[in-house]
Amino acid sequence: MSFNKKHFLDLKTLTESEISYIIDSAQKMKYILLSKNASQPLYLKGKTVATLFDEESSRSKLSYELAALNLGAKVIHLHTDKHFKKGESLKDIGRYIDQIGADFIVIRHEVSGSPHHLSKYVGASILNAGDGMNENPSQSLIDLMTIQDQKKSFKDLKVVIIGDVMHNRVAKSNIWALKKLGAHVALVAPPTLLPYGIASTGVEIHTSVAEAVIDADVIMTLRMNDKNEYNRLIPSINEYKKLYKLDVQRLSYAKDDVIVMHPGPINRGIEISSEVIDGESSLISKQQVNGVAIRMALYHLLNKKGGGQLIV
Amino acid sequence: MSDKVLIKKGIIVKHNKTIYNQDILIENKKIVRIDAGIDDDEAVIIDAENCYVVPGLIDLHCNIQDPGFDFKETMLTAGQSAIKGGFTTLTVNPNTIPCIDNKAIVEYVISKAKSESPVQIVPYGNLTKNGQGEKMSEIGEMQLAGIAAVSDGDRAIQDTDLMRNLCNYCSMFDIPVITHCENRLISNGNEINEGPISTYLGIQGAPITAESIHLARNILLAHEFGTKLHITHVSTSQSVEMIRSFKKLGYKLTCETSPQYFTLNEEAAMGYNTLVKVNPPLRTEKDVEAIVMGLKEGIIDTISSDHCPDTIDSKEVEFTLASFGISSLETAFSLAYTYLVEEGHLSMEQLIDKMSYKPAQILTLNKGTIQTGSLADITIFDPSEDYYIDASKFKSKARYSPYDGLVIKGRVKYTFVNGKMHRVDI
Repeated sequence: MSFNKKHFLDLKTLTESEISYIIDSAQKMKYILLSKNASQPLYLKGKTVATLFDEESSRSKLSYELAALNLGAKVIHLHTDKHFKKGESLKDIGRYIDQIGADFIVIRHEVSGSPHHLSKYVGASILNAGDGMNENPSQSLIDLMTIQDQKKSFKDLKVVIIGDVMHNRVAKSNIWALKKLGAHVALVAPPTLLPYGIASTGVEIHTSVAEAVIDADVIMTLRMNDKNEYNRLIPSINEYKKLYKLDVQRLSYAKDDVIVMHPGPINRGIEISSEVIDGESSLISKQQVNGVAIRMALYHLLNKKGGGQLIV
Repeated sequence: MSDKVLIKKGIIVKHNKTIYNQDILIENKKIVRIDAGIDDDEAVIIDAENCYVVPGLIDLHCNIQDPGFDFKETMLTAGQSAIKGGFTTLTVNPNTIPCIDNKAIVEYVISKAKSESPVQIVPYGNLTKNGQGEKMSEIGEMQLAGIAAVSDGDRAIQDTDLMRNLCNYCSMFDIPVITHCENRLISNGNEINEGPISTYLGIQGAPITAESIHLARNILLAHEFGTKLHITHVSTSQSVEMIRSFKKLGYKLTCETSPQYFTLNEEAAMGYNTLVKVNPPLRTEKDVEAIVMGLKEGIIDTISSDHCPDTIDSKEVEFTLASFGISSLETAFSLAYTYLVEEGHLSMEQLIDKMSYKPAQILTLNKGTIQTGSLADITIFDPSEDYYIDASKFKSKARYSPYDGLVIKGRVKYTFVNGKMHRVDI
């Protein structure tokens, strides 16, 4: 197994073995992180990681930064919002960062495909930290790593995803990857919150939570975003809660050893009840170390490939 | 020096007739004689043996971008681009700045076109003031000033009450109302077709119903008042089906499609390929087949270039932010010839009907055929020679194309506009 990509743009174009390879590498990184005595490998010594986020603050930015620092890299930040407002193009911002010597560019951008676009113009390796409604592949790898920790294998696992798949890019990455890894994926949501033609990817579609979660091994609930967005898609948050909230009763149809996940931030009592969040099936808020490990593995693997060149 | 030109031994194709091995004598801008074996010592001789000699192509849908966007295209570059693509008459979609919504601008466009462009350019006037879809523009005034049609370009009028009034009002004129069909409430910006590809790329797609709903609305409203209606760039199989049914019921309308809708499908957008971002978006292979079938059966009346030049910078951005359109005056005819005639879907006569005769009929222009006494708008092309599309050599300012590098047939060799000969060198 190996990983020979220059950029990390999405999961849908990776193979099953590439995805597994990243997760395996992350397991090693996690081992190092958790054994306090082991000295950390400075794989990125002398390298520079630039983050390019169009949102003020974000938890994944923190985790990308910590991962880079753990590996000995320098980290610089650019908050792109101001630049876009001035009319500067992503291509020019990216080239600038490239020219000042970044080896990795971590980008989060509201337009789908923006990391793919940027990758055409820079020497640095691009890491997609979320693009529009497309994918958030590293966040998905964290979920996958957590599932692997708990269930060992993905083969024939039943994974149920509840909620707003349409607007959620982590869910999309999860769907692409889980299918590749051999899991059985079921989506349950009002039809207006599912991406068009998602059934063609081979997932099962449900409208009843109780029916969908029967014999589930893994349940992922998704955040309901800014409520205004839903005005035209669902009648009300109240109705959504009634039909789609994961509560203890609905959870009881799943397997006994089911695990419940949520990418956060959570709206308690809307997509998931507090009882479930704090219950024993829940892995919510318990997977954070995986986030740093996954990002360390990504830097390391892209770096092996070359990780861009230093422009002197 | 004589201005006589003698085109020897060409295959003359008109919308209803093909005549082999005929000579055409042009003098004083006009076709003076068509016959076999004409001799004339004074005339410049053009050897057209094994070449098709057809009436100059007429483009019903063309964004010239001048005035207002002359960094994208000008009357001159559009004209040169047209010559290279075999078009002798262009129209101006009124999405300019200022919009073509009053007679002063109409007069300006006509006179600028006359002084700059090597081909004839006829303007369309805006249906609504400033193309905003809110108030009617002075359509009657503009008609007197010389517009060939009214249209709001690619901005579909959302207000159904206004559209109904416009259809009613325009029923007193003989010029067609040309409409782009897009219900913006559901089209999500019309940037990509809603389907597996839009889901794959994570972009919200435009459902085909965004086109069909407006299509049906416009046909019904035009029918209500007997308005002359022309539907621009039909892109879906559902649209073809609906137009077929309406025509069967005796509703009067004409429609067109453009090369991208019978040569490319939505998969071309994979990898966020902004070069194929067009409005309406590319559809599925099933739609492509339906468009070809619609052309074959005469459901779709004409083929236009849908030339929409912009800067390369506008394409080298994120897909959602990229400009719409393809620079297509120089490829439209060859693509239509290669994909429709060579593939056996259309005869040469049908192609000429759709790219010259019918467009002239729709705009009521005295063009679109080759006959003694008519103005010499003629295109000569070689059907046998393969050539490849080299966008870097386009005459248009927009030197990019999703077809760059494609090998096709139907190379234009000469374009005659009003008797003036233009040799096309690629």
